[in-house]
Amino acid sequence: MSEKIYDAVIVGGGPAGLAAAVSAYDNGAKKLLILERDSRLGGILLQCIHNGFGLHYFGEELTGPEYAGRFVKQVKKRGIDYKVNTMVVSIDKAADFGEAGLTVTFGADGTEHVVTAMNSTDGLMFLRTYSVILATGCRERTRGALVIPGTRPAGIFTAGSAQRFVNIDGYLPGRKIVILGSGDIGLIMARRLTLEGCDVKLVCEVMPYSAGLSRNITQCLENFHIPLKLSTTVTEIHGRDRVQGVTIAKVDANRIPVAGTEEFIACDTLLLSVGLIPENEVCAGTGIHMDPVTKGPSVNQRMETSIPGIFACGNAVHVHDLVDFVTNSSLLAGRCAAEYAVAAEGVFRSVPCHEPAVNSQAPVIIPVCPGNRVRYTVPQQIEVDDAFKAVIQEIREGASEIPKIQIMFRSTDVYRNVTIFIYSGNDRIYMKKVRIVRPGEMQTADIPASALVNVTGLLTVSIETPEDMID
Amino acid sequence: MTCIICPMGCQLEVTRIQETGEIPAYSVTGNTCPRGEAYAQKELTNPTRTLTCTVAVRGGIRCLVAAKSKIEVPRDLQLACMQVIRRISVKAPVKTGDVLYEDILNTGADIVACDDVESK
Repeated sequence: MSEKIYDAVIVGGGPAGLAAAVSAYDNGAKKLLILERDSRLGGILLQCIHNGFGLHYFGEELTGPEYAGRFVKQVKKRGIDYKVNTMVVSIDKAADFGEAGLTVTFGADGTEHVVTAMNSTDGLMFLRTYSVILATGCRERTRGALVIPGTRPAGIFTAGSAQRFVNIDGYLPGRKIVILGSGDIGLIMARRLTLEGCDVKLVCEVMPYSAGLSRNITQCLENFHIPLKLSTTVTEIHGRDRVQGVTIAKVDANRIPVAGTEEFIACDTLLLSVGLIPENEVCAGTGIHMDPVTKGPSVNQRMETSIPGIFACGNAVHVHDLVDFVTNSSLLAGRCAAEYAVAAEGVFRSVPCHEPAVNSQAPVIIPVCPGNRVRYTVPQQIEVDDAFKAVIQEIREGASEIPKIQIMFRSTDVYRNVTIFIYSGNDRIYMKKVRIVRPGEMQTADIPASALVNVTGLLTVSIETPEDMID
Repeated sequence: MTCIICPMGCQLEVTRIQETGEIPAYSVTGNTCPRGEAYAQKELTNPTRTLTCTVAVRGGIRCLVAAKSKIEVPRDLQLACMQVIRRISVKAPVKTGDVLYEDILNTGADIVACDDVESK
């Protein structure tokens, strides 16, 4: 058990963890530790060697390693502690921590957590901390999640693992490539492998639209004459030891393959770019409430999970399209984790440990729910705590600066000329017109806090089409 | 055409207007920022791209370093540039911003490192 009590332990040294650490430091939390399982900080950005990162945040176009490098530099400049090659095993409340011989004298009020981690130099570590920031990112959906019939030959990779082989380790996954799924990583890899001399036969997508950004369809496929077949899927993988080809077929509106449309494509490699899932095994034991749609923890407007003091940000919460948005949510999580740590430390210093912490009055929760044509929202709830009440009070007294709460959400399908509404009961508290919404492109609504002054029940985010508005 | 300048991916409508001198001119609609118009004009007259790639590293803690062309290269020269880049290697240590190869295929573009690779 560490003697030191950290202000925040950050699980994951990718863009989310780095931004959260920088922001926590700048907001007063100086005792920080970043834990990263890979051999260096930077996360998945290090293998994303293409450019296009940072347009929103830095106002210039950077490659993945450059974007990561800027944040690594920020972390090092502040002297923030980090450990690489380190795996976090579990996160527990200090009060529940049952290690033999441990007497819990601090944090019995539930403000302190213990992060159990290990590596080959420090061995097993029990790290005491006021707040925890989960920045564990996401992982790729695999063949197992898709259930493609056929044999089990070599030559089937997720697009991201192929990206690591090519860009970090210097191996090509194969020569003749078929890509299933038109997620951005698949599109980027189609171009990358073409540039490395591979023959990318085609990209097929089961949906009638691409999951990737339209700029990537143009610059990664069209510019290299790689066909994109929509409403098409792989129905069989051929080959015993190595992939020898795949059968593709058109699918109907219910995504069922249409008999008679099968076509054999000879190839030695099949890449899967069929979606990402937040990676949250590490918090499974904490009892954090998970959102079944995003597969990440439910969070409030401070990126705090259902357990006070445990924050989450980046792709661990929901999969983002742009790292710039990851950075924004992580800066928020870092700031709020710092505020929590500073407050918790104050409680620890001034109050005997079995006294209840501040803010003991249970705050009012306003759930934020997906309405028509909305798949999910983040945050999933807005917590009307003391800080939020203070903001509302200031607004009532005529505050000049009105803070905004950003709701992120995705549509269920492609819709044009829509209006985004946020309802509280039957009252519309927010409205925004959008030319086009696509499931692949995250939408945002910035609600001024003043609109929430009189809200008591749940909020519903809806996308309404022109047909809905006939009334 | 689809604008590729930023992830918005605006759908541009481009029509050829009166040809003045040797350079044809186009009118662009559908763009939501001035960069869209500039992109369309350029894409139809002289399309270019930033080329991103990896370069082999000798004696480093990793065998590759991420790299890019410092300025954009002609779109249709990307494959030819890669033929050259695949055959070069540099000696560690490499620092972000180091020039790894000068003026590739006379395009005026240097290939620069995007990452650090320390010596082994």
